[in-house]
Amino acid sequence: MKRFKILWQLYWAFLRIGGLTFGGGLAMLPMLKYELVEKKGWITEEELIDCYAIGQCTPGIIAINTATFVGYKSAGILGGIFSTLGMVTPSLVIITAIATCLEKFMYNEWLQHALAGIRGVVCALMVNTVYSLGKKSLKNLFGWILCLAVFAVCVMTNIPTVVMVIVSAVIGILIHVFRTKKEANKA
Amino acid sequence: MNVALDLFLSFFKIGLFAVGGGPATLPYLMDLTRTRPWYTMEELANMVAISESTPGPIGLNMATYAGYQAMGPLGGFFATMGLVFPSVIIIIIVAKFLANFSKNPYVQAAFSGIRPAVTGLIAASVLSIIKVSLFTTDFKPIWGAIAVAAIVFPLLQVKKLKKLHPVVWFIAGAAIGVIFKL
Repeated sequence: MKRFKILWQLYWAFLRIGGLTFGGGLAMLPMLKYELVEKKGWITEEELIDCYAIGQCTPGIIAINTATFVGYKSAGILGGIFSTLGMVTPSLVIITAIATCLEKFMYNEWLQHALAGIRGVVCALMVNTVYSLGKKSLKNLFGWILCLAVFAVCVMTNIPTVVMVIVSAVIGILIHVFRTKKEANKA
Repeated sequence: MNVALDLFLSFFKIGLFAVGGGPATLPYLMDLTRTRPWYTMEELANMVAISESTPGPIGLNMATYAGYQAMGPLGGFFATMGLVFPSVIIIIIVAKFLANFSKNPYVQAAFSGIRPAVTGLIAASVLSIIKVSLFTTDFKPIWGAIAVAAIVFPLLQVKKLKKLHPVVWFIAGAAIGVIFKL
């Protein structure tokens, strides 16, 4: 019974977090800290930071990774599942509602004009996302070369995204192995 | 193949390989415009706008929307479940067995390659979105939309405006679109 209560609380907490934060995983940090660390004490602040680190270097949506991790730490596997379901619920409800409405008005002339303006904004925001992502991820010549090479390949060919991600991971590991060997030889 | 199953599996694959959070799913969503009849590039650009201006993680919102485009509300459900399924499994394994996963030198080395690559991938997706948003299908520029983008981008670099919620920009863009009949 007590376990059931925790699962319900996890579901409800993540539903609130998912429904009230805009802007994706990273924007959720302050909200998570308030709900999980300060209010409920389910995890410590250090665990939350760890969880973000892990969320960023595992595949998948960062918000979901964080939800699963926190849920698991608080109440085992079921806790992870309930937290994730809580996080997913607002997106499912809100987006389905909006998509249904938009579908009805899609051929309305005014909506078409509005969408044309909105798409201009989307372009500006997306370029801005790439810009700030680049500032964080391109810290050396190797990063720049890899980024530009992937960009060029992606624009010119239809090689699936998965292949490029796997190849770039292998390149990263090979360079690491090569460097450590070189250092070992020096020493 | 059954569309529901196809959606679940397609998004399962995205959940398994999209490293770097919500925006990293974008290149995969674009792959789908080539391989599946579910939505067009123009619709993808609209999906991005709506996903950014509604609450909830962007990646989840885009998956729900893409699934909805493919087969209605249930499609949204299957796509989203497919997207989160790998995360749940991977995170539980990592939390249980790999306490220092993110500090492992090989994991870090792999990420030193993945991070710049993902930036390149997202940049290429953005270029495609620009192509369909600012140009017509026969490559004629849509000057109104180009003007909006050209005005908004520098404004986004202004410190005070940086923190504004994207929905503010979308509303402004929509208003300009309606007033000037873009």
